[in-house]
Amino acid sequence: MEVGYYGLLQTVADLLKLLQKEDIVPLSADRKMFKPAPVLIFVAVFAGFAVLPLTSGFTGSGIDAGLFYLLAIVSLDVMGILMAGWGSNSKYALFGSMRAIAQIISYEIPLTLSVLCVVMISQSLNLQEIVYQQGIWIGKIDAEAVNYLFGIKALGIETTNIGGILTWNIFRAPIFLFAWLIFFIASLAECNRAPFDIPEAESELVGGFHVEYSGFRWAMVMLSEYGMMLLVAFLGAILFLGGWNSPLPNIGSVALADWTSGEPGTMVGHLWGAFWLIGKALLTVGVQMWVRWTYPRLRIDQLMNLSWKYLTPAGILLVLLSALWRMLMI
Amino acid sequence: MTFATIILYCFIGLTLLSALYIAFTKNVLYAAFALILTFLGVAGIFMLIGAGFIAISQILVYVGGILVLIVFGVMLTNRLKGQQVTTPSYNKLLGLLVSGGLLFIFYKAIIEANFGAIKWIESAQPESPGLESFGMKLMTDYVLAFEVIGLLLLLALIGAVKIAAGARKEVEDAS
Repeated sequence: MEVGYYGLLQTVADLLKLLQKEDIVPLSADRKMFKPAPVLIFVAVFAGFAVLPLTSGFTGSGIDAGLFYLLAIVSLDVMGILMAGWGSNSKYALFGSMRAIAQIISYEIPLTLSVLCVVMISQSLNLQEIVYQQGIWIGKIDAEAVNYLFGIKALGIETTNIGGILTWNIFRAPIFLFAWLIFFIASLAECNRAPFDIPEAESELVGGFHVEYSGFRWAMVMLSEYGMMLLVAFLGAILFLGGWNSPLPNIGSVALADWTSGEPGTMVGHLWGAFWLIGKALLTVGVQMWVRWTYPRLRIDQLMNLSWKYLTPAGILLVLLSALWRMLMI
Repeated sequence: MTFATIILYCFIGLTLLSALYIAFTKNVLYAAFALILTFLGVAGIFMLIGAGFIAISQILVYVGGILVLIVFGVMLTNRLKGQQVTTPSYNKLLGLLVSGGLLFIFYKAIIEANFGAIKWIESAQPESPGLESFGMKLMTDYVLAFEVIGLLLLLALIGAVKIAAGARKEVEDAS
């Protein structure tokens, strides 16, 4: 059944098939809302990619408030889901979209809180700047900047030139390990992935908010879901896992970090940067899929409990701890 | 005319057209969704006149927050019977007079004022319009207002949770 070697061309084949399909709009659907909804979802998700710094020298839009922009523009897809659910004029679609929105809005809070922790430590909303701080090229943006082991100045172990995994945000402030966990869980809920996939629980809702869609419009909804997965994977890699920085540290004369990353702006820098960032992002997507096939779906009350009673208070606590950790760093 | 100016006029057009659509449509839900375009248009205008942070706040607060609330309000007050909620128009003559008068006053004021020549607007050119100075100002000069707003939002949040939690009987039965 697969097309190409190991099914590599299957995605392309699926896309071509979906393009050729008839664009069916149900008779009782609200055409004015039914038709633009997938476009809105698609645009909202893919506009988020505009600010991602792919390599040290190549960043889409280097605006100051890039992180803020990303969170704002991605929240637009709620409107698209709502339009799709309501416009379909079907109870399954409406229930699916209601569940999706309740979930996305709830999980936006722990997600934003975990991102806020990073902003407090990095003192910046610029994604490129946040990545620069997590590696050996920190001097390029701020000549006096210094990284310490675990971010504690009192320890006196400087890691500015060691780089690698030791300067990633999860090592610069070890509490970020928990922040990253919260970010990962909340981001799964944001893209409606299992175990948080009750919006499209096929045993009860057929297919959720996109149940009435077919052909290319359905493809757009599905593509945005996977686009969202990739986007949050990129964001997680940038905020917590060092972005385009190499994971290998310099150990004495064995300068692994220098060897596996190039000077920003050069061809070598571009290639290594893109390799590391895309590698980290794809690995995260792999973990997302692994989680999907491992855990059963959460019930709606368990879902809300997890967000409001556990992740949100933990997020608030982490914001407080990040403020304290920042005091240790300077 | 530069490229940025053309885009700016596109956003202005988008804002005006969608606002007109909101004013003339009879379907409340369509009006609420057309509000997305209005807010996005306004955000675009902010962005192009150099107020990026405000533009993004506009999207986050109005589209991500308030608009979802409005749409939920419209949808949940509407019984799910398939009949559309419509808004009839009242007091047409009075409305026309008031809006016409307002338009006249605004037009007159904007044309006569000649904003470019006012002293304090020229001297108010930002020294460093960056995000950092904005944050610094917020945490020093305007810290009282900032904290008061934070407290107000916290009160609203606790109040909302209290109302939502108290209204349901199943919650008591479950515990």
